Amino acid sequence: MIRILDIAAKDLKEEFRTKQMLNSMVIFSLLVIVIFSISFGPILGSSENVEMVAPGVLWIAFIFAGSIGLSRSFVAELENGCLEGLKLCPVSRAAIYTGKAVANIVLMLIVEIITIPIFVILFNYNIGGLFLPGLVIALGTIGFVCVGTLLSALTVNTRTREILLPVLLLPLVLPVLIPAVMATGSALSGASMGDISQELRLLLVYDVVFFLVAQLVFEYVIQD
Amino acid sequence: MSDRSLTGKILPLLAAATMLLAIGMIFFYLPEMKGESGEVLDSSFRIFYFHMPIAITSYLAFTVVFISSVLYLRKGEYKWDIVSRSAAEVGVIFALLVLITGSIWAKATWGWYWIWEPRLTTSLALFLVYVAYLLLRQAVDVPDKRARLASVFGILGFVSVPLSFLSIRLWRSAHPLMFGEAASGSGGGLEGASLQLTLLVNIVAFILLFASMVSYKMGNEMLEEEVNELRSSLK
Repeated sequence: MIRILDIAAKDLKEEFRTKQMLNSMVIFSLLVIVIFSISFGPILGSSENVEMVAPGVLWIAFIFAGSIGLSRSFVAELENGCLEGLKLCPVSRAAIYTGKAVANIVLMLIVEIITIPIFVILFNYNIGGLFLPGLVIALGTIGFVCVGTLLSALTVNTRTREILLPVLLLPLVLPVLIPAVMATGSALSGASMGDISQELRLLLVYDVVFFLVAQLVFEYVIQD
Repeated sequence: MSDRSLTGKILPLLAAATMLLAIGMIFFYLPEMKGESGEVLDSSFRIFYFHMPIAITSYLAFTVVFISSVLYLRKGEYKWDIVSRSAAEVGVIFALLVLITGSIWAKATWGWYWIWEPRLTTSLALFLVYVAYLLLRQAVDVPDKRARLASVFGILGFVSVPLSFLSIRLWRSAHPLMFGEAASGSGGGLEGASLQLTLLVNIVAFILLFASMVSYKMGNEMLEEEVNELRSSLK
């Protein structure tokens, strides 16, 4: 457990030293929102329309920003044989995966915490509660990152890694994204826990399933 | 070798015979479909007897991919990789056929080829997952690594099969549910021995078709392996 946090701390320390990745993720997710405001320009006048498209736009921004972050997650380890170093650490392979996933989750949550207030201000958008939307978004992010971290390690070995990652990742995380977007919409417009219990359960199940499956197969991804 | 040529002949013949029977039953054996109020339904409903068996076959194909991927990772025997790549390729064709037959039927009954609702979205995603699987196979050059990474993806991709299957039971959906109860309370509807018999024969026919396609594909892949081996021994 401590080892997992050590690996996550290593990744985060490395990231915060330069903040290269984090900056581009935040800027990118803001750019998605700008593009969204341009492409939906005329219909954003009424708050009703904003409410309808908000969860979708937020998730598009998170997913795109997340994909960039994930695509770098293992590429950084290729330099100077860092991956070999990691594999030599006296920890199980599953711990490496979990540490990486934790670091990626933290990065994505930071991006989300910055993006959402800006979205709220720019579109004059009212959020009905903080806890429930936060929970839904966190669960969705965990599921997304669980699959994404594994695929990041998987595509690092391929010829066209930057292109291949989103192509592999997006259809796979659909079972997480469908309930996440549905539940985010209801939660943001002030639904109660009971209203979205079905989506929450589905999210939880897929988070657990993806996490466990990834733990089991990660060993085969990085063995060489 | 004799064993291979035996199944190589009997299986396709059997598949062809059952397929002919199945098609014949759809057009000549089935009675006219009656709606709830007794009116005669459009015969476009008959495409259902293709649509559902194809869907079942594609689920079966992806289950085969999943099982052989697990077996490859556990045992490291190359034949399991051949099984999973053959089943995946045939499965992608069947998944595409599900979308096509479904769209034709949807045009006839709903008036649109496509609507965005959970069942259709998850079926499309299922197709895309296994297209991505084939793309992944193309992107890795080393055969050993390719087999290993593809197996990992084959296991992960299988997680979306149950969602596609369960989606009409979980969410209120426009897609009709023929067996079992949906969460929203509607469902069932296919009754009568002649209908169920036709459906059964069609399912058997499509599974036999799938089996013979996979066995052909596997034969091809094995020959390709042999050629590669010979070529590398010449160098």
